[in-house]
Amino acid sequence: MSSTSNTTVSTGGLPSRRNTELAMLVFAVLVPVLAYANVGLAKDGSLPAGMAGYGLGLGLLAGVTHLVVRRWAPYADPLMLPIAVLLNGLGLVLIWRLDQEPTITTPALGGPMAPNQLLWSAVGVALFLAVLLFLKDHRILQRYTYISMVVALFLLVMPLIPGIGRQVNGARIWVSLPGIGSLQPAEFAKIVIAVFFAGYLMVKRDALALASRRVLGLYLPRGRDLGPILVIWGISLMILVFETDLGTSLLFFGVFVIMLYVATERTSWIVFGLLLSAGGAVFVASFNSHVGERVDQWLNPLEYEPGYVTETAQVVFSFGSGGLLGSGLGQGYTRLIQGIAPKSDYILATVGEELGLAGLMAVILLYALLIERGFRTALAARDPFGKLLAMGLTAVFALQTFVVAGGVLGVIPLTGMTMPFLAQGGSSVIANWALIALLLRISDTARRPAPAPAPSLDAEETQVVRA
Amino acid sequence: MSELTLTVMRLGFLAVLWLFVIVAVQVIRSDLFGTRVTQRPVARRADQQPAPQRRAERGRPPAQDRGRGKTRRGAPTKLVITEGSLTGTTVALQGQTITLGRAHDSTIVLDDDYASGRHARIYPDRDGQWIVEDLGSTNGTYLDRGRLTTPVPIPPGAPIRIGKTVIELRK
Repeated sequence: MSSTSNTTVSTGGLPSRRNTELAMLVFAVLVPVLAYANVGLAKDGSLPAGMAGYGLGLGLLAGVTHLVVRRWAPYADPLMLPIAVLLNGLGLVLIWRLDQEPTITTPALGGPMAPNQLLWSAVGVALFLAVLLFLKDHRILQRYTYISMVVALFLLVMPLIPGIGRQVNGARIWVSLPGIGSLQPAEFAKIVIAVFFAGYLMVKRDALALASRRVLGLYLPRGRDLGPILVIWGISLMILVFETDLGTSLLFFGVFVIMLYVATERTSWIVFGLLLSAGGAVFVASFNSHVGERVDQWLNPLEYEPGYVTETAQVVFSFGSGGLLGSGLGQGYTRLIQGIAPKSDYILATVGEELGLAGLMAVILLYALLIERGFRTALAARDPFGKLLAMGLTAVFALQTFVVAGGVLGVIPLTGMTMPFLAQGGSSVIANWALIALLLRISDTARRPAPAPAPSLDAEETQVVRA
Repeated sequence: MSELTLTVMRLGFLAVLWLFVIVAVQVIRSDLFGTRVTQRPVARRADQQPAPQRRAERGRPPAQDRGRGKTRRGAPTKLVITEGSLTGTTVALQGQTITLGRAHDSTIVLDDDYASGRHARIYPDRDGQWIVEDLGSTNGTYLDRGRLTTPVPIPPGAPIRIGKTVIELRK
């Protein structure tokens, strides 16, 4: 019955919990500062000079966000912001720690990246604040359903436009804008497309859920209702073919299937989605050399080519060398992975080597907690659009985390995405801060106590008015 | 730096990281153990005394509310249609949301020219009180004589009118 999608799961009359958030934020700032001291002591035997600067920078960002949330989103979830700050701070420390390795911090590789990353984080936090300040109600986004679709499609094809699109490491997912630098538009497209899916599915969900035939226990949707899913599938395949980016393609199709499932409660969408994406992946992997290469490296990391060690194999070695408790921050050898990859795609390798399995599990749990808070927001949201949007944004975040972590850990072939908040990359950190701001906005609306019912006029006592 | 200091720092950092995770889980403990899902089993006897005043119960701390199998005394057990084309129909109230409207997936499909596709719904709130909510219908839902604008708790015996259909909750 479709009424279950209107069920809300609440924790009752909770207080706003802003003080809990403040305490967690202080904790979240202290952990990276401790990590920073840890790296400095291990590498030079002294506390690093920039410790106060980074600590204060991170503390300032956290403090400003807290004050704005306290003022403009007082009932928002108390845990999302501290976890985001902690992950961002840990990412900054890890990048700074890798900057200390001269072999991977040559000018040809872009030099030290931590200062820029701090700058990007500040821009991300600024966007976070802007979203909270200017978006008073997430339902406003519902008006821009189809504009979002156009914007998202434009952002997706941007890297293919000659002149501004750039190909890096075989994947054409970059856009270079004169004066601003280069960015990955797909990172922003993922938020915009979640807005479109939420708005579209809210309107169409009854048609998709109810007008179906039951065959072999599965609900088969009508052909014309199947149209949109096939179109999205086609678009994600085209991303895969022309931009050769497995991650983005998986992300977009995955989010669509997840949101379809949530909106319609029909398992058949999951079955269709899995079949279509498996078919598409096999097809592209066998006809596209870049994607095929990635799959080969994933299947045979050690004997991919004689005399050549794949990055996948190097990452597995770094995890092995870390063991259960890790080598300690600043004492690992992830610099041996080629290029700038240890700072971006393979940042988890450094976590795994220097913090060990215990540290990697803690970091993955932090992501899991953030994702849980997002799903909880979706459950608590009262309006269907908010429910679907929170669901979609969380699904984007979760899928991206899975795609990157899975790629690094050898669960799936490696893709060109960045670990949210942790990895080096401006577009990613900015987009993810905006995503968290949207989730906080929905969560503020969802957790806000319901207004008392207005007194009915009929219930008033009759009064005699004497002139 | 001595080997010992580095080992202590390494393990200390892991401990702090895990402490953060554990504290974070503690923060959301209420989500894990104290949630109230709106669907709840309703098993109660009809001959019990009438409900205590609802308003007085509102201020209870959430912790006391945990026993979910607890029956609310004197709560209605069935929904009865008293007027309109479906007169005599009863629906057992078992903690589920009841949707009313002309749409064919409603719990009670109203064959009433004045009803909207998704007209209203009746659902229990977290302490078992039944609430009626108008879902933006064209002709409105009336509780007693007042047109609903917000979700309102249903007093015992109060008629709910949708078009030509009148519904009551009974014990």
